[in-house]
Amino acid sequence: MVTLFGLVLLTLLVVTAVAIVITPNLFVAVMLMSIFSLIMAATFFILDAADVALTEAAIGAGMSTILFLGALALLAEREQRSRGRQWLPLAVVALTGFTLIYATFDKPRLGDPSAPVHQHVAPWYLEQTPVLMEMSNVVTAVLAGFRAYDTLGEVLVILTAGLGVMLILASGRPEPSRRGPAAVAGGLRHHLIPRVVGQLLIPFIVLFGLYLQFHGEFGPGGGFQAGAIIAVGIVLHALLEGEAAGRAILPTRVLVGLMAGGALLFCAVGIAGMLLGGNFLDYAVLAANPVAGQQLGIHLVEAGVGITVTGTLVAAFHAFADREPAA
Amino acid sequence: MIVDVLSFVMLALGGFFVFLGGLGALRLPDLYTRMHAASLTDSFGTILTLGGIMLQSCWSLATVKLLTILFFLMMTGPTASYALANAALLSVDDPEPHPPPATET
Repeated sequence: MVTLFGLVLLTLLVVTAVAIVITPNLFVAVMLMSIFSLIMAATFFILDAADVALTEAAIGAGMSTILFLGALALLAEREQRSRGRQWLPLAVVALTGFTLIYATFDKPRLGDPSAPVHQHVAPWYLEQTPVLMEMSNVVTAVLAGFRAYDTLGEVLVILTAGLGVMLILASGRPEPSRRGPAAVAGGLRHHLIPRVVGQLLIPFIVLFGLYLQFHGEFGPGGGFQAGAIIAVGIVLHALLEGEAAGRAILPTRVLVGLMAGGALLFCAVGIAGMLLGGNFLDYAVLAANPVAGQQLGIHLVEAGVGITVTGTLVAAFHAFADREPAA
Repeated sequence: MIVDVLSFVMLALGGFFVFLGGLGALRLPDLYTRMHAASLTDSFGTILTLGGIMLQSCWSLATVKLLTILFFLMMTGPTASYALANAALLSVDDPEPHPPPATET
């Protein structure tokens, strides 16, 4: 039954991907990308990867659709078709695709328990997580504990990306004219129904984000998902009430503070471990009891991730919404 | 037993309405009638399907979760329909639904 679901979802995925490539209308393409992400999230879910599914649904289907639409508000709606056939890109893509498909022939069967990925460190993580950290969600333990270096790198990448977006799109003037695309600048103040329903939903969205943040230890969730969902709540407010009102609740300097503060919190936890006599990002020394120390460290690190992701996504939205459309 | 039968009937009817909504969205002539068809999926499809699953979940935490999902879908579905219809109304000069072109032979 699950195999059947998987086949249907993967077929839809391919159909959606082809449609994204074919359609000349960028607005349609953005909507299809959102659908693509939603199908992808469902696929992750039937593979039992609930954490990844949540991230894909929140960021792929939610936040990046808003960012794409924000970018689209500045651009023409239709794609510019290049003249003539581009044989070189086609050849490169075809060759890469062929190589990837060829490489899958050597891949172990999906879910094969004797595959290398299930024999290497995964059993050790599964065995040691309840002992070392007393956490029921191994994904959170691996992400923020065992492989905290990777996660720190990801947080710094997100911070860098957010700063890049702000620097490239910033209009250069100290006090930009706050006009932006007319649709975004004015919000939906004249549309009573979406505004009332949206305002009603925002507390639930933010509450759900906080739940994911603090429940990541026990179930699917964690800083990335929580940050994305809280950012969606804040951006929804900006969409409903207008760009200026959205900026009023979180001004740029607060957003930059959030972006850098989250990453700093992450690094500070690592350095605190060093000062207390352990290694960088060694949480066991943070409290008298090693298990309590691990949990404290993971909570703080996840909080840092959530803060940085929230700040970056909201800042990226404002960077697009603040621009005036090209003539 | 009766609950099972009732739930299967509800699920089947829900699936039927979702199918009908999809068919209508594909086949009807213009945007407004298509939205009217698609709203079948939102209303009857959602209520019947989730109701059918709720009957299967026999008063557990899952029932509460399903009720919450139903509540949020009931809130967001009509809002999305309104936003779509409103955007269509504002972006097109002639809001009247066009009659299907008369076929003359």
